Amino acid sequence: MPVQYADVVAWVKAFASAIEEGKDYLTQLDSAIGDADHGTNMHRGFQAAVRKLEEFPGDDIGAALKGVGMTLVSKIGGAGGPLYGTFFMQMGTALAGKSELEAGDWATAVEAGVKGVQTRGKAEPEEATMLDALLPAVQALKESVGDGSSLEAALIEATEAAEGGMKATIPMIARKGRASYLGERSVGHQDPGATSSYLLMKAASDVLATKNAS
Amino acid sequence: MKKLINNPEDVVTDALEGIQAAHGDVLKVAIDPHYICRADAPVQGKVALVSGGGSGHEPMHGGFVGPGMLDAACPGEVFTSPTPDQMLEATKAVDGGAGVLHIVKNYTGDVLNFEMAADLAREESIEVEAVVVDDDVAVQDSLYTAGRRGVGATVLAEKICGAAAEDKRSLKEVADLCRKVNGNARSMGMALTSCIVPAAGAPTFDLGEDEMEIGIGIHGEPGRERISLAPAKEVVERLAGPIVDDLSLQQGDNVLAFVNSMGGTPLIELYIVFNELKKLLSGRGVNIARNLIGPYITSLEMAGCSITLLKLDDELTRLWDAPVTTPGLTWGA
Repeated sequence: MPVQYADVVAWVKAFASAIEEGKDYLTQLDSAIGDADHGTNMHRGFQAAVRKLEEFPGDDIGAALKGVGMTLVSKIGGAGGPLYGTFFMQMGTALAGKSELEAGDWATAVEAGVKGVQTRGKAEPEEATMLDALLPAVQALKESVGDGSSLEAALIEATEAAEGGMKATIPMIARKGRASYLGERSVGHQDPGATSSYLLMKAASDVLATKNAS
Repeated sequence: MKKLINNPEDVVTDALEGIQAAHGDVLKVAIDPHYICRADAPVQGKVALVSGGGSGHEPMHGGFVGPGMLDAACPGEVFTSPTPDQMLEATKAVDGGAGVLHIVKNYTGDVLNFEMAADLAREESIEVEAVVVDDDVAVQDSLYTAGRRGVGATVLAEKICGAAAEDKRSLKEVADLCRKVNGNARSMGMALTSCIVPAAGAPTFDLGEDEMEIGIGIHGEPGRERISLAPAKEVVERLAGPIVDDLSLQQGDNVLAFVNSMGGTPLIELYIVFNELKKLLSGRGVNIARNLIGPYITSLEMAGCSITLLKLDDELTRLWDAPVTTPGLTWGA
């Protein structure tokens, strides 16, 4: 069953709720290696993004996701704003004018979003960043879709890959952002950005699993 | 937390309204989104200078808006980068047709947000160049970190480039000059006490009664080492030594010595620091040709200081001496 406009809105809302629930945890992860604002900033940004989506009457998924991206850029602040904002803006560009998505569209759009994050942040894999959750997720998504899996199955694979990638940041030395100033002392800490990126992938599989069950 | 505020969430907006009330003759404050620009912006035919960063470092950057220095400043929340929509609006407000230079301190958030703003401005056909300032020798500069932080040299770059822009130099020339200032300036700071971010309500870090942090960042980021309190002479050796080495200062060099308060340290102590710095540099045959002493790039109420040295040549000296009229720096006009 293709993804509808309402499903995409539900995904963003589900992620906003996950952030609301997890904001103290994200901030706690950030306070160990950064500046203790990831949870608060993401919460502020996604609350605004949900309000923005409610103003969108149409069914253009691309336009709505671009709107989300622009809102995040102006509301999150710090490094998270440009990175999450770019993810949604690039996804929106890839889906311009679409009101219904097949599994392949979803995979293409997520890949475009992640490429945008990589270009903006200039990070490489294994530097303990968002990309360590996002890149394995994209890889899993593309492979599953390529093998002819259902979107639901592909999203579950992607979430598992993101979770593995998130946990893999624990023993890594951070090479980007504020955590990089800690050098070896950043080892042993799960990256907050990789954690929120895992939640983003998980929100997608949660929403579509619920949809197919109902 | 003891602070002269109304509400932690309103700190930045309330302060901006105060800046407008006090300095409306030289600047104007926009509230949605937040930015401060010259009252006479845009100045036609002049390269415009835009800077910005988290609030809490006053007078930087808003206090440096005015003739001879910045055309606009974008204040973020306290210690949080401003966002591209602010930077874009500020860039549009000050573009006088000769292009806009973004002066960016090297923090990941600031750099990414300014890059997005530059992309958005270019889409609107405004010519933008950005220079990232990274002068803090306390941080190891390597491929494996986000690089050195931008601190005291930012103030000097804004002043010197502001003067060059008033001389109607081109965007490329002003950007090259900014890189030259950055390349010839190094800084290091220290803290005696922590600061308290209003929204957090508690000290950012704990420092014992008998301790100080050498190499502190302007947001309370950890430095090189935490040591026992020591006389000003020894503190100056620990701060200035690495700067002199990193700049490879030679006998006969002229420098601008900038002794800055982190916010809580009084001028009387800054003069003691300056005197020790003068003695240290004299011992190496380095001449302090210009100085700047006071609170210019602060970290809320943190007690401590930073030292910045800029190696001067005739061009930089002349541009430093050129007139400036801003709430934070004024001379010669």
